[in-house]
Amino acid sequence: MTDLATYNFAYLDEQTKRMIRRAILKAIAIPGYQVPFASREMPMPYGWGTGGVQVTAAVLGPDDTLKVIDQGADDTTNAVSIRAFFQKVANVRVTTKTAEATIIQTRHRIPEAQLQAGQILVYQVPIPEPLRFLEPRETETRKMHALEEYGLMHVKLYEDIARHGHIATTYAYPVKVEGRYVMDPSPTPKFDNPKMHMSPALQLFGAGREKRIYAVPPHTEVVSLDFEDHPFEIQTFSQPCALCGAKGSYLDEVILDDKGGSMFVCSDTDFCEDRQAKGHRGALAADTAEAAE
Amino acid sequence: MHSDTQIFEGGFSDSVLNAQSVFRALMDAMANPGRIVAVDDLAVPPAPLTPLAASIAATLFDHDATVWCDRAISGSAACTGWLKFHTGLELTGEPADADFALISDVATMPSLESFCRGTSEYPDRSTTLILQIDGFDGADTLVLEGPGIKGSVGFSPSQLPKMFIDQWIANRAAFPRGVDLIFAGKGALAALPRTTRIKKTEA
Repeated sequence: MTDLATYNFAYLDEQTKRMIRRAILKAIAIPGYQVPFASREMPMPYGWGTGGVQVTAAVLGPDDTLKVIDQGADDTTNAVSIRAFFQKVANVRVTTKTAEATIIQTRHRIPEAQLQAGQILVYQVPIPEPLRFLEPRETETRKMHALEEYGLMHVKLYEDIARHGHIATTYAYPVKVEGRYVMDPSPTPKFDNPKMHMSPALQLFGAGREKRIYAVPPHTEVVSLDFEDHPFEIQTFSQPCALCGAKGSYLDEVILDDKGGSMFVCSDTDFCEDRQAKGHRGALAADTAEAAE
Repeated sequence: MHSDTQIFEGGFSDSVLNAQSVFRALMDAMANPGRIVAVDDLAVPPAPLTPLAASIAATLFDHDATVWCDRAISGSAACTGWLKFHTGLELTGEPADADFALISDVATMPSLESFCRGTSEYPDRSTTLILQIDGFDGADTLVLEGPGIKGSVGFSPSQLPKMFIDQWIANRAAFPRGVDLIFAGKGALAALPRTTRIKKTEA
């Protein structure tokens, strides 16, 4: 960094940060409730995590270490560009290691490694309103939250069962926070929902286009909606990660050729690399594959 | 009488990073009710405003914040002058209209229900009260439970509003409407968001 004229620390002006900070404090005080905020234009398009970026910018300090993930990976476009953005405008330390980060901005995954007290997880949220596809009018969804009228959501899950025999919602699976607000966990796979429950980390959610901030404080009850005879279940995979051999992690399918070949690998790249560094090997890891040939 | 020096001086020396550090302390306190979070003295306001309450004001207030101050603060031209110069806040005489309340004398403050609890549709449009107290080594310990607290935690502010337990139960019963409290001690702060339940008191 030079001492030449530059952006304000963390890009946003101070009045914007104060406005976002006030919204964050209210969001923490009312877990799961979506606080409206005056979302700003950011130097990236909507859909690229402008909400998460604004929340991170309002929270971030020079002592923080930032990690940014996109679908679990540190090395995909969205993660790389947001990480570079904060290196440029805040000169902040960055890392890919979950355990070293104080703030983790995420698009659509929660890291596999257990988060610790003091860590802050910032979610990028496209549609914060869990009832939006059931009721398009904001005035009505707001009333439904006020009256705790969530029957429609249960009808939606029931219709899944009637049509498919099971609850077919696999991502953005609705949760109830502290027995009060139904909340959209952002389009994380339902695999990650149990990690939100009683997490020691603070979870902040920013939706830039929709202009909402919400939060789940540490040690807060987050329960996935379900039925007694159709209890909530997470995804399971028939095979372990092809690179690190992990069995309990969330896997991505990677197409290998045009003949239908594919492999399943951990979506959390840091988790997978950490396991490989510790000597764990899957069926298609480079050295295992060589040995087999 | 006050001198202009009292009004114009004593703000943050680094408005960007000081505000950031005070906010992180506030967020940590709000996310972990009852936790005592240390904060350096970063502002030098005229009495009876304390350095920490003034730092919180400089962190959260601006022209979009309507603030009610108790008589000791609103009656001091130096205090209101300092707040206006350093934050640009809007003052109100009506507690129910306030986004924030600054209270220097907890013993004589209005009841919690005289402040704004927000509406069922917009429970965030409520008052956040900033209470100046001496510290967190009071004689009575409140045992707190709720979101942000693993199990339960003891909390011993040196001063509490009158009939606080009853007032807080009423505040909790109105959830999601309600007020949130920030306790500004000397060099440390703590918070009670509206979600926190008081399990019992121990002397």
